[in-house]
Amino acid sequence: MRFSKGLRIGAAAAALAVLAACGGGSGGGSGLEARAKSGKLVVGIKFDQPGMGLKTPTGYTGFDVDVAKYIAKELGLDESKIEWKEAPSAQRENLLEKGDVDMVTATYSITEDRKKKVLFAGPYLTPGQDLLVRANDTSINSPENLNGKKLCSVKGSTSAAKVNEKFGTQAGLQEYGGYSECLTGLESGAIDAISTDDSILAGYAAANPGKFRLIGKPFTKELIGVGLAKSDTKGRDAVNKALEKMMTSGAWKAALEKNLDKSGYKIPEPPQITEK
Amino acid sequence: MDLLSKYDVLGAFWVTVQLTFYSAVGALIWGTILAGMRVSPVPLMRGIGTVYVNVVRNTPLTLIIMGTSLGLYSTLGVVLTTKSDKDLLFLPSNNFWLAVLGFVAYTGTFVCESLRSGINTVPVGQAEAARALGLKFTQTLGIIVLPQAFRAVIAPLASVLIALTKNTTVASAIGVAEAAVLMSKMIEFDSQYLFLIFGIIALGFVILTLPTGLFLGAVAKKVAVKR
Repeated sequence: MRFSKGLRIGAAAAALAVLAACGGGSGGGSGLEARAKSGKLVVGIKFDQPGMGLKTPTGYTGFDVDVAKYIAKELGLDESKIEWKEAPSAQRENLLEKGDVDMVTATYSITEDRKKKVLFAGPYLTPGQDLLVRANDTSINSPENLNGKKLCSVKGSTSAAKVNEKFGTQAGLQEYGGYSECLTGLESGAIDAISTDDSILAGYAAANPGKFRLIGKPFTKELIGVGLAKSDTKGRDAVNKALEKMMTSGAWKAALEKNLDKSGYKIPEPPQITEK
Repeated sequence: MDLLSKYDVLGAFWVTVQLTFYSAVGALIWGTILAGMRVSPVPLMRGIGTVYVNVVRNTPLTLIIMGTSLGLYSTLGVVLTTKSDKDLLFLPSNNFWLAVLGFVAYTGTFVCESLRSGINTVPVGQAEAARALGLKFTQTLGIIVLPQAFRAVIAPLASVLIALTKNTTVASAIGVAEAAVLMSKMIEFDSQYLFLIFGIIALGFVILTLPTGLFLGAVAKKVAVKR
């Protein structure tokens, strides 16, 4: 096959342009602190979880968002300089490893597997798995009451199956693509309970006041931390310092109250920082 | 290869096959009825057929499947399984048949349109001759026109069947435990094998659809009406 000279030159120029673009991608030094000094921070959050990380027409709300803003402030960066990026559960490690985001606050559970790939700071919240039921349904007061009831969770998660395993109950399991579909079923009575982290459930209960009730008896414990690039130990120390200050100053409690109010969610004691 | 032993890949694809099978049989029957309506001499039937096909064909499949679960079951209480409400298998079984209902309603429109184009390949003279002999509309359609029409549209119907096979992944939206649900489960717990997981699922679908296409292609050639 033969190409004209113009085409070949064009192709070479295009290739050079691509190379140049790749090289310039991560300018401003590495590490969270250096990035903050350069005046811009890219933060990965959830876009679809009321109470934790939610994209609204006017901006971003939620506890994760408030934590990220507080950390940025402690690093000397105005919150308007933060660029928010969606970090779906399955992509969080990938985003951090490639440097697409500088920091992840997206209900990110600290696990041994993930620690091999990313660095965690925190935890800043320790939610547990809980149940959300209709406000007027008095028949379910603990996971043991779930026999013959219908339990909903999102596809790909095993939180519902875990309930049956743990308590030996015989609850029917329904999986939907998202929690909002579960809520529709719960409201109409086709579903009796939804199970996942209480912080997530509390967000939904707060968004629909009076309709749903949180059981308030968490039966697992998870550690939600801030995800950072694997090599960024200086960044981790800075984030831990910021989190510590947030928890002792009362800003932490205020942020939780603001985001997860009116849901039956009991504001817990601030957790100990363990990722040092 | 601990992925294959850790997850029930075959089981998930077996559900996909079952979904495809029941939906295909249902869609073939429903599509034939729709095609009959669209070419019938009764204007009302033609009208209903045309409106149905154009509305359902142009509705996103996810919407239809979500509608069967959230609309028919959650809100209207439609139950399509014989299992008791307290049975652990009640929800899986009910979701399965709700999904089949959705696929039949949706895929039937494509079967109908393929079949209608097949009917156009049968010369009008044959239908006129049948009428002249005193055959009723149903007889003309059933004995003269449809057998020839079907033979002409095997290849397009194969495309519809392949599309249906892949469309069954939409049933994951209401929690039918087929291949796409398994994929999200694998990605959730073994995200480090992201591309391997994609590969396994894609390969599974190729194994299902490629032979279907080749086989039905050969059949189409064999049974085509030589004109």
